[in-house]
Amino acid sequence: MKILVCISCVPDTTTKINFTADQKAFETQGVQYIINPNDEFGLTRAIRLQQSHGAHVTVVTVGDVSCEPILRKCLAIGADAALRIDTQPQDGYFVAKQLEALCQKQSFDLILTGRESIDYNGGMVGGMLATLLNLPFVTHCVGLEINGDEAFMQREIDGGKEHTKANLPVVVGAQKGLVEEKDLIIPNMRGIMQARQKPLTVEAPVALDSRSQIEHYEKPEARGPVTLFDPSDVDGLLNALQNQAKVL
Amino acid sequence: MAVVTFIETHNGKASKASLELLSYGRSMAAATSASLVAVIFSDSDTQELKDHGADVIYTVDTASDSYFNLERYSATLAEICALEKATLVVVSSSSEGRYLGPSLAVKTEATYLSNAVALPTAYNPLTVKQSCFTNKGFAISESLSSCTVLSLSSNAFGIHPQPGRGEVKTHPFASTQSKLEVTKVEHAQESISIADADIVVSGGRGLKGPEHWHLIEDLASTLGAATACSKPVSDLGWRPHSEHVGQTGKPVASNLYIAIGISGAIQHLAGINASKVKVVINNDPEAPFFKAADYGIVGDAFEVVPVLIEKLKALKKA
Repeated sequence: MKILVCISCVPDTTTKINFTADQKAFETQGVQYIINPNDEFGLTRAIRLQQSHGAHVTVVTVGDVSCEPILRKCLAIGADAALRIDTQPQDGYFVAKQLEALCQKQSFDLILTGRESIDYNGGMVGGMLATLLNLPFVTHCVGLEINGDEAFMQREIDGGKEHTKANLPVVVGAQKGLVEEKDLIIPNMRGIMQARQKPLTVEAPVALDSRSQIEHYEKPEARGPVTLFDPSDVDGLLNALQNQAKVL
Repeated sequence: MAVVTFIETHNGKASKASLELLSYGRSMAAATSASLVAVIFSDSDTQELKDHGADVIYTVDTASDSYFNLERYSATLAEICALEKATLVVVSSSSEGRYLGPSLAVKTEATYLSNAVALPTAYNPLTVKQSCFTNKGFAISESLSSCTVLSLSSNAFGIHPQPGRGEVKTHPFASTQSKLEVTKVEHAQESISIADADIVVSGGRGLKGPEHWHLIEDLASTLGAATACSKPVSDLGWRPHSEHVGQTGKPVASNLYIAIGISGAIQHLAGINASKVKVVINNDPEAPFFKAADYGIVGDAFEVVPVLIEKLKALKKA
């Protein structure tokens, strides 16, 4: 079984989000990058399948050379090979098209993306890729088992869970619940040493126009200070919620 | 020209998020002299859709398939978009809406822009404000295609009923062979889902144990609210993972979010800061959540919450 895990490099969760002075770009200075948390749940599930089913796990990202430390980290976690499609991601569709080209060159039985990246929150790459490849797709996936040629998946829905099955290959949008947070793999020294020997291949992108562009960015309006009430003044709080905020 | 909306129904009634889509779509249709098209995959109340702005209502009979089916739904919607020459398609931020949007955009060769938080500021090219960086920033994006699929952030626009023409048509359910089979759907016991809730009551480790959760549940049921929890609480197994809100859990964009015994770690705030009004009850005056809240009480939840419940009940009776 061949598994592809699509990785997005995103600013660390605790990053203060700032934009350049002209508001045209995200300010990358001083920002630490991490594996997109949703992708990391997918990667961990893939490594478990590597251990239980002897699967071969390839990680891929669309980005410039600055993404390579993140790919090395994926290799240290246990992926067998890494690919970098050497271009600046323009939008979700652009990324999905790059991945589509890769999946047509090499065939995979299971393609994992995150349900969304924590930077642009588009939540579109998995669904677009599956539609472009005409493959079954489950996002917000909280359970994935492989038995022979069949995948059994659970999708978290509003107020419940949907059980699905499909023949491989499938595309899955990973999130917490696919594996538990405590089961995420922290690379050990052996993994880090081995990662240096594993292949990290750079692929040329396919030429294509993006379908959207960001004209500029804005930051949320600064919020006013909190209005505090004494524990004995619950009436004051209720009055404010009713008459000031008008939410009751 | 048309603005097409994907309407979701629960027990024969359009969801709140769907009515919000109609209000949002109505304004866009007015601005572009287009008609507002509503598509429903059940035979539910079409009068309600007309009252909320639909000019044309397509009902699709899915009798042969009782579960949501991504491939058949998106194929059907793509056919209707072609028939109506759609320039805008809007889906909600529900689990179905966000599942469907990207696939539909590929099928209709449209641009997909997620998490729209306001009406477009221009229509040629379509320019709209989207939330990004888990609500720590906004991107003002332009669509470069002739058709755009938007997902609307919940509670971003509100419901403003304004009647449409309400012409009802039927459309066949696409016969696309689905590659994915839904075998079973489990629903949590009858409660309000976080996605559809106006008010969310959320508990953290400050509640000291699952045995105290009746406080959260009582407050929620008094308010008609959904219940949620912080990450440590779901990691400790006090509450199911499906209640975890935050960066890796569910996003919340309610009108009112009440956090009880939650310190407000940055990952938690990332998941909830799209909520409009935030109330924090915590006995630690240094809890970071107070910096992100609108209203707060520094006090013991075990004393404050029962009083709050009692006063709310009295308020409701009055």
